[in-house]
Amino acid sequence: MHPAPSVIIFTVFSGLGFGMLAFLAMGFPDVYGLSAFVFFAIGYACAVGGLISSTFHLGNPKNAIKAFSQWRSSWLSREGICAVAALCVTGLYAIGKIFFSVDLAPLGWLAAALCIVTVFTTSMIYAQLATIPRWNHWNTPFLLLSLSLAGGALMTGQIRIAMIGFAVAAIAQILAWVMGDKRFAARGSTIETATGLGRIGAVRQFEPPHTGTNYLLSEMVHVVGRKHAMKLRVIGFVLAFVLPAVLLMISISHAMAVPVVISHIAGVLVLR
Amino acid sequence: MTSLPQPSEVKLGLVIDLDTCVGCHACVVACKGWNTENYGVPLSDQDAYGAEPSGSFLNRVHAYEAQPMDGGAAQTVHFPKSCLHCEDAPCVTVCPTGASFKRAEDGIVLVNEDDCMGCGLCAWACPYGARELDKAAGVMKKCTLCVDRIYNENLPEEDRVPACVRTCPAGARHFGDLGDEESDVSKLVAERDGMALMPELGTKPVNKYLPPRPKDQAREIDLLAPLLEPVSETPTGFLNWLDKVLEKV
Amino acid sequence: MHKEPVLDTSPKVSDEIRKTTCYMCACRCGINVHMKDGEVAYIEGNRDHPVNKGVLCAKGSAGIMQVNAPSRLRAPLKRVGPRGSGEFEEISWDEALEIAADRLLMIRRNDPSKLAFFTGRDQSQSFTSFWAQNFGTPNYAAHGGFCSVNMAAAGIYTMGGAFWEFGQPDWDRTKMFMIFGVAEDHDSNPIKIGLGKLKARGAKVVGVNPIRTGYNAIADEWVGITPGTDGLFITALIHELMKAGKIDLHYLAQYTNAPVLIDGDPKSDTYGLFLRDKAGKELVIDRKTGKPAPFDKKGVRPDLNGQIRKAGISHVTVFHKMAELYLDPKNSADAVTEHCGIPAEQIKRLAAELAITAFEEEIRLKQKWTDFRGETHDEMIGRPVSFHAMRGISAHANGFQTCRLLHVLQIILGSVEVPGGFRFKPPYPKPIEAHPKPHCKVTPDTPLDGPHLGFTRGPEDLALCADGSPARIDKAFTWENPMSSHGLMHMVISNAYAGDPYKIDTLFFYMANMSWNSSMNTKAVIDMLTDTDETGEYVIPNIIYSDAYSSEMVAYADLVLPDTTYLERHDCISLLDRPICEAEAAADAIRWPVIEPDREVRGFQTVLIQLANKMGLPGFTSEDGSAKYQDYADYIVNHERKPGIGPLAGFRGNGDQAGRGAPNPDQLNKYIENGGFFLSHIPDEAQYYKPWNNAYQDWAVDMGIFDAPAPYLFQLYSEPMRKFQLAAEGVGERQPPEHLRDQVRERMQPLPIWYGSTDEIYPIHALTQRPMAMYHSWGTQNAWLRQIHGRNPLYLPTKIWEEKGFSEGDWARVTSPHGEIVVPVAHQAGLNDNTVWTWNAIGKRKGAWALAEDAPEATKGFLLNHLIHELLPPKGDGLRWANSDPITGQAAWFDLKVSIERVDPQDQVGPEFDAIQSPVGQGPKDLAWKVGA
Ligand SMILES: Nc1nc2c(c(=O)[nH]1)N[C@H]1C(S)=C(S)[C@@H](COP(=O)(O)OP(=O)(O)OC[C@H]3O[C@@H](n4cnc5c(=O)[nH]c(N)nc54)[C@H](O)[C@@H]3O)O[C@H]1N2
Ligand SMILES: Nc1nc2c(c(=O)[nH]1)N[C@H]1C(S)=C(S)[C@@H](COP(=O)(O)OP(=O)(O)OC[C@H]3O[C@@H](n4cnc5c(=O)[nH]c(N)nc54)[C@H](O)[C@@H]3O)O[C@H]1N2
Ligand code: SF4
Ligand code: SF4
Ligand code: SF4
Ligand code: SF4
Ligand code: SF4
Ligand SMILES: [Mo]
Repeated sequence: MHPAPSVIIFTVFSGLGFGMLAFLAMGFPDVYGLSAFVFFAIGYACAVGGLISSTFHLGNPKNAIKAFSQWRSSWLSREGICAVAALCVTGLYAIGKIFFSVDLAPLGWLAAALCIVTVFTTSMIYAQLATIPRWNHWNTPFLLLSLSLAGGALMTGQIRIAMIGFAVAAIAQILAWVMGDKRFAARGSTIETATGLGRIGAVRQFEPPHTGTNYLLSEMVHVVGRKHAMKLRVIGFVLAFVLPAVLLMISISHAMAVPVVISHIAGVLVLR
Repeated sequence: MTSLPQPSEVKLGLVIDLDTCVGCHACVVACKGWNTENYGVPLSDQDAYGAEPSGSFLNRVHAYEAQPMDGGAAQTVHFPKSCLHCEDAPCVTVCPTGASFKRAEDGIVLVNEDDCMGCGLCAWACPYGARELDKAAGVMKKCTLCVDRIYNENLPEEDRVPACVRTCPAGARHFGDLGDEESDVSKLVAERDGMALMPELGTKPVNKYLPPRPKDQAREIDLLAPLLEPVSETPTGFLNWLDKVLEKV
Repeated sequence: MHKEPVLDTSPKVSDEIRKTTCYMCACRCGINVHMKDGEVAYIEGNRDHPVNKGVLCAKGSAGIMQVNAPSRLRAPLKRVGPRGSGEFEEISWDEALEIAADRLLMIRRNDPSKLAFFTGRDQSQSFTSFWAQNFGTPNYAAHGGFCSVNMAAAGIYTMGGAFWEFGQPDWDRTKMFMIFGVAEDHDSNPIKIGLGKLKARGAKVVGVNPIRTGYNAIADEWVGITPGTDGLFITALIHELMKAGKIDLHYLAQYTNAPVLIDGDPKSDTYGLFLRDKAGKELVIDRKTGKPAPFDKKGVRPDLNGQIRKAGISHVTVFHKMAELYLDPKNSADAVTEHCGIPAEQIKRLAAELAITAFEEEIRLKQKWTDFRGETHDEMIGRPVSFHAMRGISAHANGFQTCRLLHVLQIILGSVEVPGGFRFKPPYPKPIEAHPKPHCKVTPDTPLDGPHLGFTRGPEDLALCADGSPARIDKAFTWENPMSSHGLMHMVISNAYAGDPYKIDTLFFYMANMSWNSSMNTKAVIDMLTDTDETGEYVIPNIIYSDAYSSEMVAYADLVLPDTTYLERHDCISLLDRPICEAEAAADAIRWPVIEPDREVRGFQTVLIQLANKMGLPGFTSEDGSAKYQDYADYIVNHERKPGIGPLAGFRGNGDQAGRGAPNPDQLNKYIENGGFFLSHIPDEAQYYKPWNNAYQDWAVDMGIFDAPAPYLFQLYSEPMRKFQLAAEGVGERQPPEHLRDQVRERMQPLPIWYGSTDEIYPIHALTQRPMAMYHSWGTQNAWLRQIHGRNPLYLPTKIWEEKGFSEGDWARVTSPHGEIVVPVAHQAGLNDNTVWTWNAIGKRKGAWALAEDAPEATKGFLLNHLIHELLPPKGDGLRWANSDPITGQAAWFDLKVSIERVDPQDQVGPEFDAIQSPVGQGPKDLAWKVGA
């Protein structure tokens, strides 16, 4: 299974964006005025951009506003609410820093918290899906959070944290694969249980229901992804973690940041 | 509502007999016809006369082959799949807009198209692939259990059943209250060892499937051998036997 | 907390329901058409209807997509481009009728046989044949010859009725049901309803079929027989049952010709024919007197093993001959097992299960009845084993005898027309004597001397000219196929092209896709239709065709007469034709225009009447020269075959008469009020034993089915076949040509036996099956159905799959003695080891049916027809033998043998045909259907 591109962009960029905003809100780097503006602008661009892109795959966006209504049960609903809250609070904090050169620390900490919670809610949208054992696990929030923080740290030049973040994220990613693949089997859902025909013997599909295609096939069966899964995994891993780490080690200059960031983002995109 | 209601007394659903289903697709098309004309937006078709025809269907008939362990001949099983109206329906709880809901009075799981934003999350959450996003309207479609037939006063009593059940030529589809042990459907499930799909997921489907009966087995009669004891090995011998029998009558 | 939305659970369903008859296939179920704002909104089954009792199949439910299909023809078409190009100009009906009538009138004046009029799976044969007979051409038939004539003819010659949709198992009582070679059959819904009843009761269903899908998938036991060997399998069942004495001796003695004496004198001209008394009645030995007596004498006790010796010659019974033939060890389970691919143990066990069910589990109905000998019985004895079979056993060159063998099996078990067994539907049972013989006497400007089609009783009935040459273009009723009761539509184009037996002027086809899925050897047929002679004229000079849709055949017509859809016209499903009766009741039905056509189209039957009127055909013209009928509805109501008997049996006279009665001007309205059909129940004492049951015979006479009671014996031994065989042995005036003498002698065996062939070079059997959700070519234009079957793979059994190293996504090159195709394949485990198959008629020609030229039907869908030839490959005797049954001429579709090799995935099936130009353009991109919203 594999989600639509817009959803991928959404998780990656919003994750990155909120991670970055979290650091800024916690005062790393402790910038003011114009440079603060630039940093926050980038953060917002990623976060909001990500959110907006997530609406592209809606069949019926005019009802998107209703997505805030079901916070009691729906992680997607919760995410929406947290995201808005996070953006507002962070906004206030940012205004302070950019225009009045004041650092309302407590507000900042709250903002940071909201940003992180937002990323968490996002991760839970995936983690809750029992249908996708690979995601349906505590490791998913762990992975998305570490990625988002590592990314945020990187974008805000917190190299050491970034390095640690990458390490953690990398481990989380490997865990995700290893366990994901195991869990797939562990869940015990097979074509035999799906059809209940296991009582007769081994089951195979004989004929698809329709020769014509349908929503489920086009939306969820990701052929390419499957075919070169392993290849993609390696490329993604290298771009997302190894390469950035290496680059960061050889130089700490800001100039380096750009390729590092690009490489990282590219990598994470591939991984999704 | 999008949080699940208290489990209802009445649990309306389908019981599908895999020992009787011949895979004719009548239920598929009757469903398409009724639900195109009725509940919500029509079930649209894309590239209807072109190279990649596709469309929304709420019920599709799969076909599997099961290879008996004892090495007997493989068995073909035709397998209709539609929403199972799960008691613990993940498709409902994930819905951010409240469009997906399970009816408190009879447990039918529906999509309120006026609220649906077409995010597709419920389809991702459904382990049975029972939801399809309509490409034309962008809203989520699923089996309605023909909620606009089963209570419909404009239909004669006997027709207040789902379109797929009414049309099934082999009588392989049964509709009723699986919450009531005394109902015909519950009895069928009890008699024929009816099963839920993917019980390990804890979704508690209301719909049940009656498994195929054991196949390719001799009817148990050990008198078989004596039964075909030859009266004679030769035509002449046979005709003599014939004369003897005819004498008796 | 979010509130549950309030639902309207009682929305309005429709403004009005109009009840008519479905025609998405030939099953003819009753439908309720729900109308909104005058448009079709939804179609469901009619619960009161005898055929479908409320249910509807996938095709029927998709009717709304058919009556709105973009492929519907819009107006008469006159060809402007070369044949096959699909270039036409739309013309008016006046012009179209003018063109057709002028040409036909000329033909009729000079030589009526220059018209060949053949119809497809249509349901107005009693009308179209009436038209052809009045026109005067001998060249008329429907498509039965390539469909399943073996099944119909074998049944009628043997039992006076057949499977097909002319009979049915006693679904409510049968305890063991064997179904041979059926994927779907014409009785689509009734068979499914019946199987559902058996399943609900847990009765045993045995599927005899190389392929395990559909009915055979739900069968409790699957017999994966090797194609073409059913006759052998059935012979073994007969052998084992007879050897064990597990047969119904009383039934055989009373109701069959088993006890009838056969002339045993090799020198007599009636050698092998029945001994008869002065009155011509078959003779039996009466066990009470030991003396010969006519079979139907009151109180006679026919002796199955009777004998008389005259002049040193002993004459034995049919049953005696059966014992000698079927008890031969070469017919035992052990002897046939290898050839059939069925374990001997399984054959013996099935024989035993049949015996137990028939005899240990016998049914006794407390129901008095009186037989034709005047003897009254207190109860009706039932043998609850029943059988059904269709093209799987009939569409082979040995199909006629295989079908006969199955009937012999039913009869020795005493399970025909008894409770729990197989039952006829009116107008059957009906003895051969009650059927017409073929007629072929042509006189310019005059009707034919009688009905075209019938049942030959011997050489004297063959349709031959004075010089012995075939009288008919399809060579039906000749020594090549003496009992070809349905004609040979599959030979018409090739014979017309070859000018053999003679050249014709006009090919007039109705409802048959002859340039595609209904022809063998499709490519060659296309060439024959388009080939020109030295003068540049088309070899087949003129082609008129009636279709309702933009099919492949339309492109090859010079004049196209566009028909209406089934919801836009009058039709009648008549007792004179292929009726829709039940075993319990006689029934007929109508179609009526529940919507008005929005195009320049006319019902084809009405068009035939308008042509007849223009030509002033007798039968359509009254003494004063005025037209008898304005249109088909007029004909349905007012036509009389015999005084008081017309196309519809219901609501005659002043509306209260059934069967017989004066025409009733209000008849159609009565039908509409009654839900589109008419039903008349058979009295209880007449429900079973119909061929011998006085109560039934009297009821049938009242209904107008017979003019006088016609009881008869089941013909285990076929005297008509023996007469042809006798001729081949040199007896009689009419002698077969030398090159056919041996064939006639060997094949026309009066007691059925199996024959077959083996082929080493092409070892694999290749079959097709009807998809339940598709009707031949015409389901494809349906936006809903084509999503279910939009392309078709060739299914390979595990053995071949592994031997040839196939894997998912592969394609294969399939070769027959005649041609080659390149197609996608898929794996099926539940399949006979030496058999491959695909769904029938999914493959389409680019440009047809208003589909895109890159539609999957044309790029990934294919026909096996390219591999099948109407002639067998040369045998080196300088002759080309037909790929047909030598008795009936039935097309042997399922004798196809092929070889297979793996090829890499392709993106276009082969052979590829260039596109034909669509006369109706292409369908819209997307659909979101809702009416009256
Ligand atoms: N390989 C293979 N080939 C086969 C067979 C097989 O088993 N295997 N089966 C054979 C048999 S049994 C048969 S019967 C034939 C069937 O094959 P066909 O006789 O060709 O039957 P269809 O293709 O269903 O329809 C013929 C035409 O009728 C037209 N038609 C549909 N409705 C109407 C109407 O209301 N009015 C008019 N005027 N025309 C209409 C359709 O558009 C189509 O062009 O195929 C034969 N071909
Ligand atoms: N849905 C649908 N219904 C239809 C039609 C349609 O196109 N679609 N067509 C109608 C027409 S025109 C006809 S003639 C009927 C035909 O209806 P059927 O008689 O069911 O004909 P087929 O679909 O050709 O199926 C032939 C069956 O025989 C099996 N078979 C082939 N060879 C052998 C053999 O040697 N032995 C045995 N035991 N089995 C064998 C095949 O596997 C297949 O299952 O269906 C009618 N009904
Ligand atoms: S209609 Fe009945 S028999 Fe046909 S596919 Fe559906 S469930 Fe099976
Ligand atoms: S089957 Fe799928 S859609 Fe239906 S209730 Fe269960 S989870 Fe929801
Ligand atoms: S697609 Fe519609 S019903 Fe499904 S989760 Fe999204 S909003 Fe809810
Ligand atoms: S119950 Fe109604 S909606 Fe559900 S599958 Fe049957 S016909 Fe379709
Ligand atoms: S079987 Fe299906 S298509 Fe054929 S007449 Fe009946 S409903 Fe119509
Ligand atoms: Mo047919």
